[in-house]
This record gives sequence, C-alpha cells and structure tokens, in this order.
Amino acid sequence: MALPKKDILLEWYRQMVLIRRFEERCAELYQRGLIGGFLHLYIGQEATGVGAVAALGEQDHVITAYRDHGLALARGLDVNAVMAEMLGRRTGVSGGKGGSMHLADRDLHMWGGYGIVGGHLPLAAGIALKIQYMEEDGVVLAFMGDGATNIGYFHEALNLSAVWELPVVWLIENNQYGMGTSVERASGATELVQKAMAYCCGPNGRGMKKGPRLDGMDVAEVYEGISEAVEHARKHGPILVESLTYRLEGHSMGDPQRYRTKEEVESFVENGPIGRFRSFLCDKYKDIESTLDKIDDDMLKTIDDAVEFAENSEVPTEEDLISHVYVE
Amino acid sequence: MADRPITIREALSSALREEMHRDERVFIMGEEVGVWGGTYAVTRGFLDEFGAKRVRDTPISEMVIAGAAVGAAMAGLRPIAELMTINFAFVAMDAIVNHMAKVRYMFNGQFTVPMVLRTTSGGGKQLGATHSHAPEPIFAHFPGMYVAVPGTAYDAKGMLKAAIRDDNPVMFIEHSTMLQRRAPVPEGDDFVLPIGKSDIKRAGDDVTIVTYQKGLEWSLEAAEELAKDGIEAEVIDLRWLRPLDLEPVFESFKKTNRCVVVEESLPMFNVGSEVAAQLQNEMFDYMDAPVKRVAAMDVPLPYADNIEKMALPSPEKIIAAVKEVI
Ligand SMILES: Cc1ncc(C[n+]2csc(CCOP(=O)(O)OP(=O)(O)O)c2C)c(N)n1
Ligand SMILES: [Mg+2]
Repeated sequence: MALPKKDILLEWYRQMVLIRRFEERCAELYQRGLIGGFLHLYIGQEATGVGAVAALGEQDHVITAYRDHGLALARGLDVNAVMAEMLGRRTGVSGGKGGSMHLADRDLHMWGGYGIVGGHLPLAAGIALKIQYMEEDGVVLAFMGDGATNIGYFHEALNLSAVWELPVVWLIENNQYGMGTSVERASGATELVQKAMAYCCGPNGRGMKKGPRLDGMDVAEVYEGISEAVEHARKHGPILVESLTYRLEGHSMGDPQRYRTKEEVESFVENGPIGRFRSFLCDKYKDIESTLDKIDDDMLKTIDDAVEFAENSEVPTEEDLISHVYVE
Repeated sequence: MADRPITIREALSSALREEMHRDERVFIMGEEVGVWGGTYAVTRGFLDEFGAKRVRDTPISEMVIAGAAVGAAMAGLRPIAELMTINFAFVAMDAIVNHMAKVRYMFNGQFTVPMVLRTTSGGGKQLGATHSHAPEPIFAHFPGMYVAVPGTAYDAKGMLKAAIRDDNPVMFIEHSTMLQRRAPVPEGDDFVLPIGKSDIKRAGDDVTIVTYQKGLEWSLEAAEELAKDGIEAEVIDLRWLRPLDLEPVFESFKKTNRCVVVEESLPMFNVGSEVAAQLQNEMFDYMDAPVKRVAAMDVPLPYADNIEKMALPSPEKIIAAVKEVI
C-alpha cells in the first residue's frame, strides 16, 4: 500500500502532537484540582489511535473504552469542547455530565468512551447491526484494551459479530497491562489476536477473520493494517486486529506503578511514536523540520486556547442535572 | 371496534405483529425467538411472516442481547430484545443498568435508546431458586428506563404497543404463569395505552389494595372473599413501576384510610416499601392504620410444591392483612 501524500502525513503528525500536548495539560490540570475523577492518559498510544482513525471514512464509526481522549481528538471532536468536558463545563461534548471517560459526538459517529471494561463491545455489535440492517456502507471500529479481551462481553460480542457477519473491526490496543496486571498474568493466550480463532471459520469460511498484529508505535503501519481490515469488514464481516503499543504514564492518575520498572518504561520512551514519526518525516522530506516545529508551537497554542475556553465556560446548572434522563 | 376475548399470549403476539408491520425498524432478537417460535410461543410463526432479518435468533449471550440492542437502538433501529426469563437478566445487568438506562444521560441527550427488553417473571412452577424470581423492583430502581408489569391481556397489548412506540428504553415484564389468562381486548392497530398510568381494577371504599401482575389476580380473588364479609376493597393495578403513578392510590386512600400492598417479589426494598414511604409522606393525615405489605417470604424459592406455595403470597394472606388494618 502506498503511503499517503505529505499533507496527510503532516496531519497525522499534527494529531499526535495535539493529543500529547492535550494529555500533558490534562495531567497538570488534574494536579491543580481542575479535573476530577479518573483520568486515563493516552500518552504513548497516539500512533495507534491516529493511524487507525485515519483509515476510516465519514460513514464509519468509532467506539472505545474510557481511555478515549486521543480517539476523540483524532476523530475530529472540537478540542475546546473536549477540554471543557474535562473541566466539567456545560460546553463540554457531553455537557459536563460524562467526564473524561464519556466523550461522544453523534454527528462525527464517535459513539463514546465507556467506563465499564468491555461494556461498549455489544454496543459496537448493535451499531454494526444497524448498518447491515439498513444496508449502509459503514464499518464500526471498536477499540478495546488487552485487559478487555478477558471479560465475557468480549466473547459474546465477537461471537455474535461472527454469527451475524457484522461489519466490525475489533481492535485490541495491547499496551501490555490492564491496570497493574500484565497480559501474561491475565490471559491464557498472550498473542491476543489468536482469540479470533475461537469465532472463526463456520460454513463457507463465515466468521471472524484473524487480522494482523501491528506495530502500534508506527502510525503508518497502523494506518495500512487498519485500512485493509476496514475493507475486509466492509465486504466480508468482522476481523480482529491487535496493535502492540505501550502506555507511558500510569493507568490513571496517582498510579505508583509497582508493576513495572523505570527501565522498562524508558525503553519505550526512546522509541516513542511521535519521535519516531518525526525522524521518519525528516528523513523523507528535506527541510521539513521548521514545518514540524511550527506544528509543535501551534498545538501548544491550541491547548492554551482550549483551556481558556473551558475555564471561561459555565458550569452545568440544576436544569442540566435533571435533563436527558428520559426523552420528554 | 369490537372487543374480543384473547389470552395474554395472543395479546402480546398481536402487539408485536402489528408494530412490526407498522415500522420496518422494529425487529426481534433473542434466544429461541425464531425457529423455536418463542420459549412461550409468543413469536410462533413470526420467522415465516417476517423473515430471519427481523426475527433474529441469538446465541445464549444475555450480555450481548441486551447490549447489542442498546447499540442498535442508539443507531436508529427499534429493537425488541428478549431475555428468555428474568432470571437471566442478572447476567445482563450491566448492559441494562449502565448502558440501556444511562447512555442518554451520560452523553447529555445525544443518544436515544428506543428499545424494549421483553422478559417473563415469576415463581410458582416448582423451578427452584434460580428460576423463580420476581425481581421487578430491582429494575425500577434506575432512572433512565421504564418498567412495565401488565396483569391482563388488555393491558399487555396496549402497554406493549406503547412501549414499542416510545423513544425511551422499556423493560417489559410478563408473568410466566399468566399467559393463558383471557380478557376482552379492542381490535385494531391503534389501541395503545398511555405509559405510566395505573388503573383501578375494582372499586371499593374500605381498603386500598395496591398491586400489579400476579398480585392483581390474588388481590381480586381476596377482594371477592372480603366482600362476603362486607369489606369492599379498592384494587389498584400499578401497571408500570416506572413511571410510578400513585395519584389514584392517594385519591383512594383519602376515602379508605387504609392500604395493603401486594406483590410477588421479596419483602425487603420492594414496591411495598416505596408505596408505604410515599403514603406516609403524602397522606399522613389520612392514615388510620399502618400500611401492610404482602410479598413472598424472605427465602429463596424452594422446589417442593407445598413449601413453594407457603413462601408465595396468596389470597388468604391478603385477606389476613386486610383484616389487620380494618
Ligand atoms: C467490568 C470492570 N471491571 C473492572 C474495572 C476497573 N478497571 C478499569 S480499567 C481496568 C483495566 C483495563 O485494562 P485494559 O483493557 O488493558 O485497558 P487499558 O487501561 O490498558 O487501556 C480495570 C480493571 C472496570 N472499569 N470495569
Ligand atoms: Mg491495557
């Protein structure tokens, strides 16, 4: 597969930097007490989110778990509104009622982040059922963590998608830990994409396709792998893909990280997704550094503006508290 | 149009059939709904009539039955998902509580969840502790969804059609021992009952009996017996536990000043607890006796017929409770 044009590659770079700066700022705001609750940062996993979402068209759909900021930004949710949600403002994407774990934008087919591990996987199947039922063209890209492959929801949702041949790309973001439990300690199969074989190969080859294990630190590889997976899902039905990545920060804020060594984390910092892509771009295009530097500066400014927007936004009202429990 | 006596099973079938003809987006999914014809034969013939696209057999996967229905509803279909019995709803609890009921609120109204989760409830068939639950109050605990508990064929039809047409998620609970009960039901597509309206099933001035579903049957039987002793009970059928309509209960209580709540569910944290608390708050000045509650005994339901019966409410227990408050 040919690599996209330069402007697209620059857009990926921009998105990855945007996410990184967004997450760093969120960590600061959390320390200052401006963000409450849980805060699950996407730092280290940017290439997976950006590369995978880049493989989708407007007609396609995204759904994920609670580690959702990066995917929301990659899908094009307004950064101001996402930041406002973090700060619990009524201008937030979910009106300040969802918080960090529950970012959604129906118009952009971002169906949300979900706080219950695996809970969104049946929803993904249901959205895909609607696509199939109405004979639409879309595909659902459903992200999940490595830990989520051990919960019952995973097995029920993947199995149903296989039986009904639903257009879903199931994407495991294997960042090697579910909280403090490594994949080896939590899963019988450690090559997680093998789990596809449990739902594979019914009559006429019907069922789940076992997709590739991607280098989730390489945005271009993720893009290519997910592009092919999306094509498969559109034509033939579900496919399971694994992206090998790493979470560079704690699980949520205030994680003492007793389950891994500093050296292990350092080894991934050196080869992090953004630095790696930057080197790639600098090798490929002469004189691109100043362009990249400008993107870096612009993203800092974008985040400053987003924080200003959020801080100047109103907090939800008592009316907001009681609205949207039911359709009136 | 004329009323025709039909069973609750027929009432449910005709409601489903009419709504599926009315709206292409309505479809059925669940265990044994298609080829088998429905565990309680409610969807018999549907597979032939509507095809496999709209009558969808699922694997034994309660979590994904409920959860996929939520996703499909959010995306614009109008699923009727069936859980074979309410005993298996516990397996799907997270999808029901955290997603069916909450996605609308959590995302600030961006999504609607126009789905019905149909299931059957109730003990009394010697099925033992795991298969004899009547846990309706648990589901009524959560804002964001409705809970329907029809007790007659008339209500079953009108309420199910209302549930399918409404844009909110509805847990629609039928009683597994009442499907053959017969009552006159209006013919025609446009018979739809309002959501969240209770109904006076028997008028009386001496005591208010608040109940639903199987409790309704026991209460009406008790009321006939009590009438022989000159005690006229007003029997109010809640029909919906959410939205809960207690206005007719308050009105009735103003004249009777006495109330007994009857239900098949367990005795702690149940419908009776709620009704008693609200009566105490709203009707304290009218209260001539403590509110009595008749429910199942506080034990898992056993297998042996004699002690299972012992554990369940009965007209005799209701009569005794009424006599305590009179
Ligand atoms: C059903 C359920 N059980 C437990 C939790 C608590 N919990 C939150 S995140 C998490 C780890 C999930 O790991 P993984 O799926 O690998 O995702 P990651 O955090 O690595 O992105 C756990 C156990 C939960 N939210 N939901
Ligand atoms: Mg993980």
